[in-house]
Amino acid sequence: MSALVTENRLADPDRSYRALIEAHRGLSDEESAALNSRLVLILANHIGEHAVLQEAIALAKQSIEPVKATSE
Amino acid sequence: MNTRKILYQYGYSRCLDQDRASPARRPVIVIGAGPVGLCTAIDLAQRGIPVVLLDDADRIGEGSRGICYAKRTLEILDRLGVADPCLEKGVTWKIGKVFQNNDLLYAFDLLPEDGQKMPAFINLQQYYLEHALVERAAALPNLEIRWRNKVAGLKRRNDGATLTVETPEGLYDLDAEWVIAADGARSALRGMLGLVFQGEAFEDRFLIADVKMKGDFPPERWFWFDPPFHEGYSALLHKQPDDVWRIDLQLGRDADVKAEQAPERVIPRLRQMLGHDEFSLEWVSVYTFQCRRLERFVHGRVVFVGDAAHQVSPFGARGANSGIQDAENLAWKLAFVLKGEAPDSLIESYDVERSAAADENIAHSTRSTDFIAPRSAQELRFRNAALSLARHAPFAKRMVNSGRLSMPSTYETPLSTPDVDPWSGSARLGAPVPDAPMRDRSGRSIWLLEALRGEETILHVPNGVQPPPNGSRVLVLGADLIDEHGIFAQRFDARPGSTYLVRPDQHLAARWRHGTPSLIKGASRRLRGLEGGHA
Repeated sequence: MSALVTENRLADPDRSYRALIEAHRGLSDEESAALNSRLVLILANHIGEHAVLQEAIALAKQSIEPVKATSE
Repeated sequence: MNTRKILYQYGYSRCLDQDRASPARRPVIVIGAGPVGLCTAIDLAQRGIPVVLLDDADRIGEGSRGICYAKRTLEILDRLGVADPCLEKGVTWKIGKVFQNNDLLYAFDLLPEDGQKMPAFINLQQYYLEHALVERAAALPNLEIRWRNKVAGLKRRNDGATLTVETPEGLYDLDAEWVIAADGARSALRGMLGLVFQGEAFEDRFLIADVKMKGDFPPERWFWFDPPFHEGYSALLHKQPDDVWRIDLQLGRDADVKAEQAPERVIPRLRQMLGHDEFSLEWVSVYTFQCRRLERFVHGRVVFVGDAAHQVSPFGARGANSGIQDAENLAWKLAFVLKGEAPDSLIESYDVERSAAADENIAHSTRSTDFIAPRSAQELRFRNAALSLARHAPFAKRMVNSGRLSMPSTYETPLSTPDVDPWSGSARLGAPVPDAPMRDRSGRSIWLLEALRGEETILHVPNGVQPPPNGSRVLVLGADLIDEHGIFAQRFDARPGSTYLVRPDQHLAARWRHGTPSLIKGASRRLRGLEGGHA
């Protein structure tokens, strides 16, 4: 019943990933964080579905947890 | 500095109940003569219930406090007979502007729709509202206000409660069938019942100042994020009557409450904001705020209303507005119960409906607070991202949150009879019905809400075939009410044969394309808690 698509949907994933990397080149951490914040808001609105956003948040959090555990 | 002026002074006077050998028994005792207690008492008294209202003080008018009254509140106040003095004195506004630094991000208009008696909002110092309510209360023979009557003890019984009341002349006891606790955010009654007031406290401190000046600011709500005169924080400017301006300044987490209220600190800040120093300080206070509520608002025969039941941040004008809506929700139900026209259990629906409203208000005001006072570096980044995107993309403008202003709740309630027909228009089941300009039988202009008064009413559009329904009170469109401009038809999606059942608090309880007498009777019983999901 997942509304969030986790299979690849990008025609050229490497190219899209590269676009994100390039957007951050030369930025300080603070500038990167500011850029990411804007991107998140823009993309959240484009998704346009609260349930999908919630699932995306859950997936992102889930993928962070092991990292946190090992660093403690 | 606190230049708190006492505006209206009332006197203690001894009452007969103090000399009785055994406690007098009263149907309803309301505790707390703030706007919510006064509205509850007046509404009950207008419905024929004798009310005693106790207040521990003997004056009103310490600080302007609540200043924004929303359309729905004004409609309620109109029914209680006090809207006229409030509208006359108040500043009517509907335009809000949001700035970042020096730039206007966007403006909003709160009442794009004409054809309603009441404006979107008025600003009015709370003491003017309280004064109007006290005057109205004095005109009701079955409402008695007792100043300097402080509740010192409460004993609950199955059929009511006994209150011990402290006066300048000593203690006396009073029996009540029902006790309404309208004694504010620091409710003593809550403490006497040992109830927990749960929720979230916010650390940011805000300076609130009332400034008197002849300014050329228009009567609009101006909100700044990160203004040049107060970098990194937020500010709000709002007009009140008597050339008084409400100023709210975010001070941050670590501000020194005492020092910030000193005139030598306040005046330079305000001078920077206003660009001149031709003003005088009327009132200054520093506050933090909480969003919290009682788990239940009804505890046997003790019912909590307003700030005593729930507390919100000031962003969005939800304190007094939601409290006055509590008062209206409770008054008609309690009047039905006391007159034997509904079971005691109807009061449970007050808990259901106003709990949901409180949750809605707390959610809105918490979200506004998150936006206005971000709590971490990343929260601040998101906030600033939304602000800067707002200049380029409409969606981000919609995210900017300087306070979502109070709207009445739409009740998901067992008292409503679910729709079976599809409906359009702005009328919604469970919500207050929209107002509309009408004419009465004699051709005089009358607003729909005036015609409804505070009574359960059936509105019926004849179709020339079926006879109009009969019920407690029926208004037939085209005969009792003339919909000259077709605004009623549009807002209610009315067609020949349409029938609407409106609750005594003017919320829509049921509607049919083809109502039968038994359907209408069932819905009327249901809104009294006599059948349906609630009996």
